[in-house]
Amino acid sequence: LLFSCLVFLKGVGTVERKNLSEDQAEQFFRSGHTNNWAVLVCTSRFWFNYRHVANTLSVYRSVKRLGIPDSHIVLMLADDMACNPRNPKPATVFSHKNMELNVYGDDVEVDYRSYEVTVENFLRVLTGRIPPSTPRSKRLLSDDRSNILIYMTGHGGNGFLKFQDSEEITNVELADAFEQMWQKRRYNELLFIIDTCQGASMYERFYSPNIMALASSQVGEDSLSHQPDLGIGVHLMDRYTFYVLEFLEEIHPASQTNMNDLFQVCPRSLCVSTPGHRTDLFQRDPQNVLITDFFGSVRKVEITTETVALDPNLVGLETRVPNDEMATEPLKYAEQLPVAQIIHQKPKQKDWHPPGGFILGLWALIIMVFFKTYGIKHMKYIF
Amino acid sequence: MSYICRRFSAQTFDADPGDSGWWQQQFIGLLSQGSETIEVLGGPQGSGWFWGSPKCCAEVRGADGSWDGGRGPGLRCQVTLLFAQFQLTVPVSVVFAKGALPGAQQRRLPFADTQEEESLLNRKNQADAALLPLQEDSLGALTVYVIPETSPLLPQGVGVYVGKHRSAVMRCPQGPGDVLAAVSARVQQIVQAMSFTTDSITAALSDRVPMDQLGTDTRRPFKSSLGYEITFSLLNPDPKSHDVHWDIEAAVSGYVQPFLDKLGSVANFSVDSQILYYAVLGVSPRFDKASSSFILSALSLPHVINPVEARLGSSATSLYPVLNFLLYVPERIHSPLYIQDKDGAAVGTNAFHSPRWGGIMVYNVDHPAPDKALLPLRVDVDMVRVMEVFLAQLRLLFGISQVPLPEEFLLESPGNKGLTDWELDRLLWTRTVENIATVSTTLTSLAQLLDKIGNIVIKDDVASEVYHAVASAQTAMLELASGHLGSAFQASKEAVISSERAFFDPSLLHLLYFPDDQKFAIYIPLFLPMAVPILLSLVKILREAKQSKKEPTKTD
Repeated sequence: LLFSCLVFLKGVGTVERKNLSEDQAEQFFRSGHTNNWAVLVCTSRFWFNYRHVANTLSVYRSVKRLGIPDSHIVLMLADDMACNPRNPKPATVFSHKNMELNVYGDDVEVDYRSYEVTVENFLRVLTGRIPPSTPRSKRLLSDDRSNILIYMTGHGGNGFLKFQDSEEITNVELADAFEQMWQKRRYNELLFIIDTCQGASMYERFYSPNIMALASSQVGEDSLSHQPDLGIGVHLMDRYTFYVLEFLEEIHPASQTNMNDLFQVCPRSLCVSTPGHRTDLFQRDPQNVLITDFFGSVRKVEITTETVALDPNLVGLETRVPNDEMATEPLKYAEQLPVAQIIHQKPKQKDWHPPGGFILGLWALIIMVFFKTYGIKHMKYIF
Repeated sequence: MSYICRRFSAQTFDADPGDSGWWQQQFIGLLSQGSETIEVLGGPQGSGWFWGSPKCCAEVRGADGSWDGGRGPGLRCQVTLLFAQFQLTVPVSVVFAKGALPGAQQRRLPFADTQEEESLLNRKNQADAALLPLQEDSLGALTVYVIPETSPLLPQGVGVYVGKHRSAVMRCPQGPGDVLAAVSARVQQIVQAMSFTTDSITAALSDRVPMDQLGTDTRRPFKSSLGYEITFSLLNPDPKSHDVHWDIEAAVSGYVQPFLDKLGSVANFSVDSQILYYAVLGVSPRFDKASSSFILSALSLPHVINPVEARLGSSATSLYPVLNFLLYVPERIHSPLYIQDKDGAAVGTNAFHSPRWGGIMVYNVDHPAPDKALLPLRVDVDMVRVMEVFLAQLRLLFGISQVPLPEEFLLESPGNKGLTDWELDRLLWTRTVENIATVSTTLTSLAQLLDKIGNIVIKDDVASEVYHAVASAQTAMLELASGHLGSAFQASKEAVISSERAFFDPSLLHLLYFPDDQKFAIYIPLFLPMAVPILLSLVKILREAKQSKKEPTKTD
């Protein structure tokens, strides 16, 4: 935010900026959306799939940084890496080796976790056919003016994506779910990003309008992981998402970068696989689509120019005389937990008890066996 | 998904359209004509065409004319809705004052009901209140009073005076030629301003119209919903300097509650308020030497909302859309803070709003000279000034916008209620049309889903919700055509509730039902290898049986 403020202060003085600002102001209403949602799904479990959780969390982090609040993000993580017993650095999930960037942070809100990440729950979130007892944080309450970002990562194949190592979602089901969303106008525009092997097969079957799709690899190609960290012992990120994250780190809420730049991220030389995209269902030209239309949440604003004339005399308000409040003592927290006592206590002296139970019985057995073997009369030779 | 449109022929309206059996018959009649799947289109002239897929009807009916079991008789037919052209009728009564029309013209009036009413009308405000008991004040009905050209009731230069209770007073246009035609043209103009126009109806059907044709006005208001939650928040980033008190309860009950009560038939409202300390705006304001104040330019306003929104916490509570109204008291070091629009001029209200979200107002506090200041400074917020702005923003967010009117029109101010009766009517007209459109699309897409997945099981309560939705929507259409706005709106609201409940029922998830080809794909690889030895041994048994039959004849 500080960075964005600096950019603004620098740019304000120049004349060229004023012309650009008029274009920006017009473009504000070009996209036609008023709010943003994000559905971020990681579908694999087990420790060696650390990189999928790190992928999802890095997209989550970028999306939050660019302004989408937690109430508008549905985060689904199929396994817990930060508190996994095999994690040598608990409560962290790193995306760069040598532990440069911790994408777990302090305020991650996971909405669907562990075994709740199933194909059925995912489709229920998308289509809205959710049981009435579901809390608000687990719902996608988008309307016809919402731009939704859907990011999925995990293991996939030609036409399917594997969930939790036990079930799969096919591209036909996904396309039908998007069609159900379009029928009820649950989105204005949708950006679908998938980072799995043969990811392009997942967007082949889409037929609803206003969907743009990106995938990390074509049919028949595998998406590869980026770099292992020797301290943690697993691969930390996938290549495509790593370079997308690098690209997104340069974006700030006021930036004008468009989708064509996102399509160029991770060419074959870096990614080894060929990323693909699909824009034929999308109405606008990708040149005019800002990255922040999907990844950020730039609100449209209008100045309020009119007021309603109110007559305070008609309202039977009793003007409350402001009472001078009695100066009360400042309130303190009661000492609920005597922490000092707990920290500094010394180990208690335990009283000695004669051995009982099992130990007693064991010794009795040993002694009986000894005397049986050697006989009582030999005792005098011992003592 | 594209929608093509098919027009009804006039003869189909001979029978009584209230009978639901009649609708079914029409369906089957049209099916036999081989009609195709047809789509929804926002039509011209404020009309709408809605048609569902009639194809499914034929599939459901069996060869002997019986309905397919397990789905309830006639469900598919009822689900595909049948809507004729939208007909919206506004009952208008035009009252001519004595001497308004010349005698010759008076005789040409199509029908007239002369009433002798003597009432002294001096000033226009009194006129409106005095005339109120004379007219019927039902939702949607309008009354236009025509007074002589020379009457002193209206001030000079004002041709039409629109009151706050569904009535208008207009001067009879003088001039050669057909006075009645001029009167009716003027009356039509007034009626359009007070109820609906083609544009407003098209805007209500905005989902179905391509995006380019819409203005920003359609994206600003909230969509029709069954309830709204309104949150008033006071942001105090500098509690060390300002001890801010606001009497929000009294202000809400005095100014906001009457407005919401008037809108009570439209939706349920819940209002809450909170005070947030140490909540800063996301943007640092710039210091402007010329006015020695701090400025927030129009370009930085979009970035103000996001950092604050995470702290508002209002969205954790209900499933209804939330409207947030924030009052920001700037820090002492950043006072006074003004908002500038794109031309660089200071904004009078010092407030801005965001479509479908809410509004923010900046409240500047007067600081006494530094040496006399006793920190923290007690600030009592002037709630009248604040509520004037918030109510204006509330009106905009609900789509109660100013109608562009010609200059001779004079509007009476709505007063403390914030909303005139005819503005409420405008809202209800567009909301009713929007609701009916939503119901038809929902049920059409539900029918298509059922079409696609042949073996989906429809529970009884889903079926009853669908029936109820169709019946309510038909009632709403009829009431709209006959001009009863209140009952039309209620019926459309019930239709929306039922159709949403039916569509979003958790049992209708397409994942749960396997298409037949998937079943084949799973079971054939399992059973085919097992079946091969079984078949071969069956063949062997049959051969042996045949041979053993032949054997006795041989060994003889």
